[in-house]
Amino acid sequence: MKFAVLQFPGSNCDQDCVHVLRSVFGYPTRLLWHKEYSVGDADAVIIPGGFSYGDYLRTGSIARFSPVMGAVKEFADNGGLVLGICNGFQILCEAGLLPGALIRNRSLQFRCEHVYLQVASHNSPFTGQIPEDKNLRIPIAHGEGNYFCDDETLQSLEDNDQVLFQYVDAEGDLTDHANPNGSRANIAGICNEKRNVGGMMPHPERASEAILGGDDGRLIFQSLITALKNQPTLA
Amino acid sequence: MKAKVIITPKRAVLDPQGKTVQTALEHMGCSGVSDVRIGKYIEIEMDGDRETVEAKLSEYADKFLANPNIEDYRLVFED
Repeated sequence: MKFAVLQFPGSNCDQDCVHVLRSVFGYPTRLLWHKEYSVGDADAVIIPGGFSYGDYLRTGSIARFSPVMGAVKEFADNGGLVLGICNGFQILCEAGLLPGALIRNRSLQFRCEHVYLQVASHNSPFTGQIPEDKNLRIPIAHGEGNYFCDDETLQSLEDNDQVLFQYVDAEGDLTDHANPNGSRANIAGICNEKRNVGGMMPHPERASEAILGGDDGRLIFQSLITALKNQPTLA
Repeated sequence: MKAKVIITPKRAVLDPQGKTVQTALEHMGCSGVSDVRIGKYIEIEMDGDRETVEAKLSEYADKFLANPNIEDYRLVFED
């Protein structure tokens, strides 16, 4: 099982993702520069956080036109697993691989803190191994994580069980106060209708070892790994 | 030809910058402000007649300069 982690000018969580997949989980993982035209033999692609192209124009808007994103789109269209984290989520929305958009936090503040997430759907390659009733404590670090979509899109996300994570408070209650950025329906992460492309604002790669103050993020990578192992095409 | 692309957040989209500026205006004593929306303004110099430039910029505004999920745009031309 091999992973590819994309690297754009301005990515800054790429090495963290490589560290977790390679050193914590022990899988071959390589960085894929934005000028590549193929994802090679990767079984899953991670689009990491950061500030690709300086967040110019809109977050993710320039990265989505890079050569590697053409390859990622083709990979995703063929059923390949793609997870976008933070800026990666923004890029996937800009690329049209996920619905909606991420706009400026309603507080106008860059929020860098631990949040609690409830798993809204366990039926995905990104959440399958998270125990029922387990809320995750994972950090966020973003200025533009306010998930927006129109009413119709929100309805279809809910109807198709595409909401993966929602911000809750420490008691597990879904409140407006627990919403760090103003996202519609407290949405912190979603997947596409085919369920092979996921995006989330919180950073599981920053919470995958106990020494970092929590390892709830491991469950997301573990879900991905288990989903890949169960894919019939993989040995 | 010089073209201007004026991009504004859609009505349905929360514009926290606009809201903050509106509140600041009110605090400064500027009364009667009912709405403030903050967007982007792009100036583009481009060769070609108006029709060609408009067609090309519309295409690229739709797919790149503005995000139709959250923004509206309009084009203004100067000879």
